[in-house]
Amino acid sequence: MNKLLQLLGTNSQFSTAEIAAMLGEPEDYIAAQIKEYEKEGIIKGYQAVVNWEQLDDNRHVEALIELKVTPKKERGFDEMAEMCMAFEEVESVYLMAGVYDFALIVKGETMQDIAMFVAKKLSTIDGVLSTGTHFILRCYKDRGMKLFSFEDSADERSLIL
Amino acid sequence: MINYDKYLNSSIRSVSPSGIRKFFDIANEMDDVISLSIGEPDFQTPWHIRDEGIRSLIKGKTWYSPNRGFADLLNEISKYYERRFGISYSPSKQTIVTVGGSEAIDLAFRVMVEPGDEVIIPQPSFVCYEPLAVMAGGKPVIINTKDEDNFRLKAADLEAAITPKTKLLVLPFPNNPTGAIMEKRDLEEIAGVVKKHDLIVLSDEIYSELTYGGRDHVSIASIDGMYERTIVINGFSKSYAMTGWRLGYALGPTEIISQMTKLHQYGIMSAPTTAQYAAIEALKNGSRDVRKMRDEYDMRRRLVVDSFNDMGLSCFEPLGAFYVFPCIKSTGLSSEEFCTRLIMEKHVAVVPGTAFGKCGDGFVRVSYSYSLKHLKIALERIREFTEELKNEGNG
Repeated sequence: MNKLLQLLGTNSQFSTAEIAAMLGEPEDYIAAQIKEYEKEGIIKGYQAVVNWEQLDDNRHVEALIELKVTPKKERGFDEMAEMCMAFEEVESVYLMAGVYDFALIVKGETMQDIAMFVAKKLSTIDGVLSTGTHFILRCYKDRGMKLFSFEDSADERSLIL
Repeated sequence: MINYDKYLNSSIRSVSPSGIRKFFDIANEMDDVISLSIGEPDFQTPWHIRDEGIRSLIKGKTWYSPNRGFADLLNEISKYYERRFGISYSPSKQTIVTVGGSEAIDLAFRVMVEPGDEVIIPQPSFVCYEPLAVMAGGKPVIINTKDEDNFRLKAADLEAAITPKTKLLVLPFPNNPTGAIMEKRDLEEIAGVVKKHDLIVLSDEIYSELTYGGRDHVSIASIDGMYERTIVINGFSKSYAMTGWRLGYALGPTEIISQMTKLHQYGIMSAPTTAQYAAIEALKNGSRDVRKMRDEYDMRRRLVVDSFNDMGLSCFEPLGAFYVFPCIKSTGLSSEEFCTRLIMEKHVAVVPGTAFGKCGDGFVRVSYSYSLKHLKIALERIREFTEELKNEGNG
């Protein structure tokens, strides 16, 4: 039931009854499906997409960190991934193809927080060869949602007949 | 002072302006209005199609096109009708590209209708048929389609409306505003009557890509013996979200299309060049976009139909276009009253069914050409409104 996941992936604000109506399925079937997905861990959770910049007292800084590492004999990249995931500063961990091995999204309250985290915690992990820190200046679009729009987004359509 | 009335054509002056406008004008005056009144896609034209339009401009393709449209576009239209609906038209003789489907409708009326000719128009339907038939000198004869028939045109009703003066039947399916479609067996019955009385059909198939529930659109031109007596009207506005490009077309018998071409040549010359380049791309590579938009509309359609039925405003399941047409008779209000109060009290704009013909009273047209988020808010407000009406009734 890909459509259900697609729908929940774009907007989880609909009630089970509404989702059932949209997909043309019985409500209890949809409710059971969602439960099943949650149980199996296919659905991990539900989050709000936040535009932090819009907050008056915004203290939310993010950086993308490139990591080059030496893979471990037994567990390859998994061991390193596990260590990165353990930090609460780390928002996301991706294994990459290309010139570096991992991309991490790291968050903090200030740039200093992130700088210190990289210097003291990340680069000192055994097996980390190098790090490259790129501070994120602005998030324009997140998980399919536009956080900024530059044109008046009002409905320009008019009734012509 | 000049008395302009004496200069103005009286049959034009007798035509009244469209009734959809009123509620839109009220809506425009208010803040915080949620509109469900618009009859065009909320999607933007898919990027690759826009890009082809832009490329043509970069290359400096800024001249008139041939009167009937670019040969490449005529070829693509012909291939498309063959592929989608199994009907084959000669691109060089039986096809004309027009400024929207509306121009094609106007042309068809004007090349066929003579004073006194009767034009049968099923209603509720798109607001332009009746005035255009009148302006062509014809006499509109209205057939009221009914809720209990799922707003399909019935052969018996058609038979009853025919007189010796009947020349044309307008077949507006998938239908705006009801969302009704005609399936093959419905069309076969209609075709029987049309052939018996030697009529021509103007089949407005502008919503042909927007059908749901696994019912693909069937063109009456594909029914036995109807090819030679059907003019098909279609266009790019609804299927490819290209309303502003103003591009439609007509397909039909060589003799009729060539007369339409003459009128088009003198009155319009040719359809917009940029739009034609974009349309070629739409027909070549746009079928995935069409599917995607249709799936999205379908989800909205189910949500809206389900909500209205749940509110107690019974709503037959529309299988085409992007409108639902719920019955509001249970509220005791007329369509006009319902719409006026809904916009004044809840700031939600829908269109009274009467805008599409007198028989639309007791119904409202709700467009679901809006985002799910927008629809959800609007439906919640309509629900509040119907609850309050119920309480009034009890109190």
